[in-house]
Amino acid sequence: MTIDPITLAVFVPLFGAIAAFVFPRAAVWLGLGAVLATCATVLGLAREVLAAGEVVTPLGGWAPPLGISLRADGLSVAMLGMSAIVGLLVSFGALDALRDLRQRQYFWPLWLLLLTGMNGVYLSTDIFNLYVMIEVIALAAVGLTVLSGTKDAVRAGLEYMYASILGALLFLMGVGFVYLQLGRLDFAGLIAAEPSGALSAALALMVIGLLLKTALFPLHFWLPAAHANATAPASALLSGLVVKAALYIFLRLTTYMPLPDEILVTLIGALGAGAVLWGGVQALRAERLKLLVAWSTVTQIGLIFLAFARAGQVGLTESWKAAALLILAHGVAKSAMFLAAGRIKDEVGHDRIADLDKSDIRPTLAQFTFALAAISLIGLPPSLGFIGKWSLMEGAMAAGYWHWVAVTMIGTLMSVAYFSRVFAGFLRFDRMRGELAEHKGWALADIAPLTLAVAAISLGLMAAPILSFIELGYPFGELP
Amino acid sequence: MTPDLIYGATGIAVFAIGLIGALCAQDRLRRVLALKLCSVGAGFILVVGAWRIPPADPDPVPHALVITGIVVMVSATAVALALIRRLHTLEAEDDD
Repeated sequence: MTIDPITLAVFVPLFGAIAAFVFPRAAVWLGLGAVLATCATVLGLAREVLAAGEVVTPLGGWAPPLGISLRADGLSVAMLGMSAIVGLLVSFGALDALRDLRQRQYFWPLWLLLLTGMNGVYLSTDIFNLYVMIEVIALAAVGLTVLSGTKDAVRAGLEYMYASILGALLFLMGVGFVYLQLGRLDFAGLIAAEPSGALSAALALMVIGLLLKTALFPLHFWLPAAHANATAPASALLSGLVVKAALYIFLRLTTYMPLPDEILVTLIGALGAGAVLWGGVQALRAERLKLLVAWSTVTQIGLIFLAFARAGQVGLTESWKAAALLILAHGVAKSAMFLAAGRIKDEVGHDRIADLDKSDIRPTLAQFTFALAAISLIGLPPSLGFIGKWSLMEGAMAAGYWHWVAVTMIGTLMSVAYFSRVFAGFLRFDRMRGELAEHKGWALADIAPLTLAVAAISLGLMAAPILSFIELGYPFGELP
Repeated sequence: MTPDLIYGATGIAVFAIGLIGALCAQDRLRRVLALKLCSVGAGFILVVGAWRIPPADPDPVPHALVITGIVVMVSATAVALALIRRLHTLEAEDDD
């Protein structure tokens, strides 16, 4: 058996997780090494995909429908690349952010297990494999949520666990129905299948499960508490990467098994609009910085579904690209923002938004990072978030769906408003009691979030190559 | 009614009972049990997919899937129970 990058992309983090668990004293170095090695394999895979358009490997030489094969194309490598690079920088951030020995020991195995699950999702070609991988992600993600060990975190983690398992079981039920109908579970079988009522019911079950896992309004109830109460690196991973796995499966499934009705596409868009508005209102009301950032995740997920629905059923062949751009933009910017929020909380000692301007410690670098990430999330040019929103609105306008444009505009205004609450806290100096210490609150740990935030802005300048890369291998065309 | 219909309907019913429990139950342990019921229901559906009119042999693939599903659910239950215990301890400490 030859070892190729596509197999390594799943097994390197898996073996890294096991090694980091077995040798807890060396967990940090084993973990960092495994993440670096994963980055290298993803790079190798990207080169293969650039050359060939797509890479397919039947594991153990068994071909589908009986065997499991892994497939990489432009979109999956883009997702892999996002996970690997964001993951690497969050790992560097975690070196400083996790001071407790127990947290340090358990963070690495859990995070590598999470990476295994996500890489598995992005390379899978059959829906049962996807079910197993989303459960792996769920277990690792819940572990990361409760890592801080506080009561609020454990309570939020348990809620997350219930939502996550229920989502996965709904997905499994859908998988069962597909098997009853088709007798096979691979993507090629799904594409070849004739549309029928029973298959639509199966798709509906799977989609509801995925919406629960990705926290689309009104199934978002578990997200804010879980993401706000986790430790900063865990929040960055959960918000930036974990919800994207379910989103990615949603994009794939709805293309292989097209939504049978225009009304359903509109419904998805309406739920997205609900998320944008409701999340915006809650972010305006949030009292704590991390909670505000978590609610902003709810709105951004809504925005991604708006992008999916922007041009109705006929536009789906193009709309997924707008959704994918927003997924990448949010992954990079939100992880930067959560790390920066964690740094601000560390330096100032609390994260109450109303009291941020009373502190004489101003972690200016972390605040600058937060602002840069906000620029991408609000969607100001030239950030990647801007390109995503631009293509969302462009498609909606071309299709004459002005209501989606209006919702996006309102959502953008709201995001300016709620981030401005934080900026006002950063920039007001007249409510301070003590002297302002120059350059206090700078640390080496600011480098990782700052790099991510700068990437979120500057990737917008590379939008054209990114767009042509995710189209490689015709992600939503025929399978071989 | 053929056996596969009976089993299929039972599977859907069990799943539905579990779903209602998972959404409506207040007690933490009850919700875990409700989720277990959901997984049993989904497993039923897969097993029905394996059934063939005797004397034909059943399809082995769904059996493999169900076993995988059971393993996944066992680990998920273990994590959920551990979290519930932990939360219980934390809340008991607060009461003291």
